Parts: sequence; C-alpha cells; structure tokens
Amino acid sequence: MSDQHHSHGLPFWRKYIFSVDHKVIGIQYGISGLLFLLFGFCLMMLMRWQLAYPGQPLPVLGNLFSEKFMVGGIMLPEFYNQLGAMHGTIMVFLGVVPLAVGGFGNYFVPLQIGAPDMAFPKLNMMSFWVFFLGGVSMVASFFVPGGAAQSGWTSYPPLSDIATTGQTVWLIGMVFLITSSLLGSVNFIVTIVQLRADGLSFFRLPFFVWAQFVTSFLLLLAFPPLEAAGVLQLMDRVAGTSFFLPSGLVVAGKALTVSGGGNPLLWQHLFWFLAHPEVYVLILPAMGIVAEIVACNTRKPIYGYKSMVYSIVFLGFMSFIVWAHHMFLTGMGSKMSAFFQITTMIISIPSVIILTALALSLWGGSIRFTTPMLFATAFLPMFGIGGLTGLPLGLTASDIPLHDTYYVIGHFHYVVAPGTIFALFAGIYHWYPKVTGRKMSEILGKIHFFFSLIFINGVFMPMFIMGLAGVSRRLYDPMQYAHAQPTQPLNVFISICAWSLGLAQIPFILNFFGSLIWGKKVDRNPWESTTLEWAAPSPPPHGNFDTVPQVYRGPYEYSVPGQKHDFWPQDMAKEN
Amino acid sequence: MPKYYGWGLPYNASAYGAEIDRLIYVLHVFMILLFVGWFAFLLIALFKFRSRPGHKAEYKHNHFKAPSYLEVGVALFEAVLLLGFSFPIARHTRAFPAKGEALEVRIVAEQFAWNIHYPGPDGVFGKTDIKLIGPANALGLDRTDPAAKDDITAINQLHVPVNKPVVVHLSSKDVIHSFFLPVMRVKQDIIPGQNIPVWFQAKASGNFEIACAQLCGLGHYRMRGFFIVDEPDKFSAWLAKFAPKVAVPAPVPAPATAAAPVVLAV
Repeated sequence: MSDQHHSHGLPFWRKYIFSVDHKVIGIQYGISGLLFLLFGFCLMMLMRWQLAYPGQPLPVLGNLFSEKFMVGGIMLPEFYNQLGAMHGTIMVFLGVVPLAVGGFGNYFVPLQIGAPDMAFPKLNMMSFWVFFLGGVSMVASFFVPGGAAQSGWTSYPPLSDIATTGQTVWLIGMVFLITSSLLGSVNFIVTIVQLRADGLSFFRLPFFVWAQFVTSFLLLLAFPPLEAAGVLQLMDRVAGTSFFLPSGLVVAGKALTVSGGGNPLLWQHLFWFLAHPEVYVLILPAMGIVAEIVACNTRKPIYGYKSMVYSIVFLGFMSFIVWAHHMFLTGMGSKMSAFFQITTMIISIPSVIILTALALSLWGGSIRFTTPMLFATAFLPMFGIGGLTGLPLGLTASDIPLHDTYYVIGHFHYVVAPGTIFALFAGIYHWYPKVTGRKMSEILGKIHFFFSLIFINGVFMPMFIMGLAGVSRRLYDPMQYAHAQPTQPLNVFISICAWSLGLAQIPFILNFFGSLIWGKKVDRNPWESTTLEWAAPSPPPHGNFDTVPQVYRGPYEYSVPGQKHDFWPQDMAKEN
Repeated sequence: MPKYYGWGLPYNASAYGAEIDRLIYVLHVFMILLFVGWFAFLLIALFKFRSRPGHKAEYKHNHFKAPSYLEVGVALFEAVLLLGFSFPIARHTRAFPAKGEALEVRIVAEQFAWNIHYPGPDGVFGKTDIKLIGPANALGLDRTDPAAKDDITAINQLHVPVNKPVVVHLSSKDVIHSFFLPVMRVKQDIIPGQNIPVWFQAKASGNFEIACAQLCGLGHYRMRGFFIVDEPDKFSAWLAKFAPKVAVPAPVPAPATAAAPVVLAV
C-alpha cells in the first residue's frame, strides 16, 4: 500500500496492466469474466446446432473448423464433448466466479467498507494473473492433440484418466484457477475483518459484503480438496499412479497397464465437496447484488436484514454437508442417502428465507423500474424456479428417473443463468456510473432485459419437459433414442431461443462500450443510494475517498421519517 | 403398439414405478401452487408499490409475521416428503427379492455396449477372467469352468420375463456408465471396480430401451440397448435360442431347442 500516494508517477503497465489497485484489478477480472461468458455461450450456441439438427452440416461457420472438429461442417462427437466440458468449466470457473467475486467483489468490497484498497494489494494482483494463466491454458487446450478436455466439467475418472492430452491441460488450468481463488479469498476475509471504516460494525455491513465474506470462506475451505484431487488426477495421468483407477480395467479390449487399487468414487466425493459449495459461490454474490439494488430502488430498508445475514451464514455452513446429493445413484448406501437427503431439505430453508425477505422488501416500497431493478426483480422468480425444481432432485426416489437428464440442466441453469447472470447484469447497470462516471442507456438496457428474459425462459423451460421424458444430458445425438425422439421439436425451439438470446446481448455490448463515450455524465451518487461506495467520487481515484469515511448507521436507511431526503447515507453525520 | 414415450414421464412398465411417478406429480403440483402464489404476490407488490407522484415508501424493517409460518410450513412439507414418500420408496427399491425368487442377470458395461450374461439353467454365473477378453468373448467368460458351460451371453439385448423380479448385477470394464431403463424407473451408476445390484419387476411386456445416462466417451450417445419384456414362454424360447454354442458341440436343429421347456429353472 506504500505506493498508493505516488500512483501518478507509475508507468502505464504498472498502472493498468500489472496494477495493484483493487479497482483496476476488479475491472480486469470483470472484463475477462464477461469475455469468457461470451466465449462459453458461443460454445453452447455451436452445440445447439448439433442438438437441433443432428448430423446436418453447420451452414457457413462449419467450413471454418478443421477436420479435427468438424468434417464437412458436421460436428464430430469428440468435438461435441469438448464443447460441453469447456462450456461448463468456462461458465463456472472463468465467467461467473471471476465476474461475481473477482470483479464485483474486488471493486466494491473495499469501497463499501470504506477502505482505500484490499488488505494485500500485491496478492490481489497475483490472484488475477494466476487466474489469467488458468484461462489461457483452458482456451489453448482446444489446440493440443486430441483437442480440449471432453469428460464433462465434472471430469469423472476413469474416463478423464484415460482421456486425451486436453484433460492434462484442463487439470493444470484448474490448479491455476483454484490457486487464484484461494489467494483472493484470504485477501477478502482479511480486508473485511480488518479494513472496515470507523463505526462500520458487522451488522452495519451492506448485505453484498456479507455475501462476499461468506463466499470467501467457502472458497477458502472448499477449494483445497479439489486442488488436491486435481493434482491426484494429474498424477494418474502423467506419473502412472492409480488414485482413481481400480484394478482390472479393460479399455477397448486391452487390459489397462496400471497398478490399480484406486477408487473412482473418491474423485466424486472430493469434486462435489468443492462443487456444491461452488454453487453457493455462484449464487451468494448474486443475492448480495440483488439486495443492494432492491433496497435502493424500493426506497426502503430490506425486510429482515438480520435474518438474511443469519441465513446466508447458515447457508455457508450447510453447503459443506450436502455434496453427496449429486451422487445418489452411485450406490453409496442407504444411510448416506438418508443423511444427504435430510441436509438437502434443510439447506432449502435459509434459501427460502432470503428469497422471501427480498420479495417482502418490495411491499411498502416506492419501486423505481430502472434497468438494474428490472434484472434484480427478475432474479427473484427465476431463482425461485431453480430452487423449486431442486426439490425432486433432492429426494432419492424422484431423483432416480430425473438424474442426469435435461431436468437437471434446466434446474441448475435457472439458478445460475436467469438467476446469477441476471443479477450480475443488474450489478453492471447499477454500478457502471460509479466505475465510469457515466450512466448506461436505459432504452438499450430495457431492450436487453425484456428480450433476454423471454428467450432465456424459452431456452430452459422446455428442458423440464425433456427431463421428465427421460432425455439424458450430454447426448451428441438425441435422435438415437426412441424415448428422446418425441421431444426433438423442443430441441429445435430451444436452439432458436438460444441463438436469439445471443442476439439479445448485442444491445448490451453496444451499451457497455458506447456509454463510455456517449453515456450521460453523473455525479457521485446518481441513484441516491446510502452505502459508502457512493460517497467516493465517480470514478474513485487511487485511495478511493476524499476523506476517511466515518459510519453512523446501518446500510439501508431509506425513507426515514423526519428526514428531508428519502435516503440517509451511512457516512452522513447530520440529517439529510 | 402402445405409445411409450411422449412429452411427460415415459410409459410405466414397472411394478413399483407408480410410487415414484406419484411422488413426482405431488412435487410438481406443490411446486406450481407455491410458485403461482408467490409470483402473484410479487406482481401485486410490483404494481401496488410502483413509484408514482404522491406515493412514498414506508420505513419498515420487519413488517410481516407470515414468513415464519411459511418457513415452518415448508419445513413440515419437506419432512412429509422425506418420511412419507422418499424413505419408503428407497426401502422398497433396496429390499431385494429372496434368492431363487428372481431372475439373476449380470450386465458388464463397456464403451459403448452392454454385455448381458445369464447364468443358464444351473443358476450359477461362470468364472470370468480379463485375460480371456477378446473380440468373440467380450465378457472374458471361462468356458472351461463347469458353471460357465450353460451360461448365455448377449450384447445390447436384455430379455426378461414379465411379472417376475429381476436382479441385475452391474459392473463396468472401463469407465463409469449408468444403467437407465426409462420405462422401469430404474437408473443406477455403474462404477468400475464395484459390483452393484439393482432390481425391478416388469408388469407389462413390450420392446423398450436401455440408455446410458452417464457420459462415457465419444460414443456415449449411441450406447443404446434393447430391453425386451416377454411373456414367460416367449422368454424361455429366446433363452433357448441363445443357449451356448460352445457347450453343445454339434449344431442343434431348431425344433429341438424350441421344444425345450423353461430353460431357466432357477
């Protein structure tokens, strides 16, 4: 932090590339996250062609791919599996987490707690560059012999152990990404504990900061097992170990020459021990963003702030003991199943509390339908559908026919796509004025919102019907199965909606870049909000605040009786 | 031919599948009711409290008692789902039929086929050895083992008799597969290195499908098998037709085998 006072003298590459300023790092994370989201979405749009029109050549674009991926414009099953595995990996680890935690967290946590920067700025910089290496490895893996990883984002061995080189690159990439998240999580925890402004007690923290705080603990405690598991799988692949390979495997008619004695289920336990908390890493920051935007745009305090805080902490704890509900069909035994069914039912309760509190917050408000508020409002029912459809999957009996079908895809995408990603869009529209000093266009924003909302439901709603019909996920050609053929028209419909959803992002891209130049200039608090980030100039300079902020009250003091204005900033000593 | 597949749950040919289907219907009715009620509240709130001239927000933090009741209600309902539906069904699916009561079959999955192994009239599975695995012997069945002489093997065709419990012992040669019988509400992951039994009982005959439900490589999508539920006499005839050619040196004329009565007297 010693160099924060003479930042003006820094050369360009120290100021904007290898920067230690949390805001520059936040923007780096945010832009990378958005680009990866777009890239991951493009992979999916390619897959949607094969799913809608199996075995037909992809017009125009098909000729651009080498014979390794497509022959005469017809996608190979290997390539389909690569696209599937990389779509999942990129969306989760390179898109949503970097944007939600690395981007929003880095930029706004120090601002919301009144700190000049993160506690460990150099660690912060390192976290980004390690993430960047991970991202480069992942994308580069398409060009190694055999192409990218193709064993699903879950990478279950033995399939992943015997897969092509792309899997090795995937594992190396994952080790980078995990290391990056660990460095980041330590930094967030220390920053939130140590660098809060005077008067900012834990129960005066904005809900977004609470969400990032719990998220950091999840990352810190859940990622090490996956890092270990990743290294073990890497050793299985390159050093001839058999951590996940049992004895007596015969692949393609030939006995596999490995020592054996390993267990494929070990990987699943280690993987889901991370990957379930990871679901909450994806969703908690989104809930935090929505809470901020709902409070600001209803012009009233959020309902049950303390219950929400207790719920989010409880969610964090519980998320560590539900992982095996992803493994109900592995034959792990009835006692295990019973335990994990019970914990799964219990974890639904704090989620319901948070969602209900956010919905009740609307009651009695004076709701401004700004673009960020539209996205935040849509988050509520969308996340609601995602949560409710988790219910049949959380009970072993109803999970039997639905497990590994499109029902599961519909379920978790409702949570993370129209759920989390909508909340992230809301956050972008809400905080863009703080980062750039300009507002994004409301008209383009609303076009973006309404078309996205329609098409994203068109993509995911039919998946529940397909799932009930028993259509398995990860099928290169669903027409192979008699039980999947009747729902094939839905696949065509979904694909058309997915491509339209892609088009619906064009207004956003135009708005995002165009507003840098043409956006309306605003002062430091355009939404008339109460939290500390709005007390800093827009954009905040190096060191963030003009004066060291002092906090006098809770985060959401809107429409306080007897006040002249309907918002009472946390740092305002006198009446407003 | 009845229509087995459509936009809802597949045709239910299983003796206990109705319980699972009922749970799925109950859940979806509950989910839809909860969502519609909650969504209506959301829409009313959004309309009633829209920002407009003369309307002001109220300074309130905790202005409802209803959520606690709602929470307790949801928790109770979930308890009912667990105790009233899920646990009893699980108990049922894990209560395996007594030995001798059921037809026993081994299925050894591989990329990308289902190797089916019947023990034959003696009811004992012959020994297998991975060293014997070859193009003509996918299971690596040791035909010198006396118990193996009458074993019947097939690829991608699982024939079972109707109204009789069937126990399938699942194992895999290479990677994780998942044995899925949509019409039977049966799905079980097959973990290499483990032998996992699963049981079911068909209540209707027909020509159905086996699907692989776990990504198992580039041919995962075409790892389709036939699942044929036959009337008992048709089933016996099929078994007889597939009776091992190794055990019987001279080719047997068709009428002789067709006349064979219930081959699988387990």
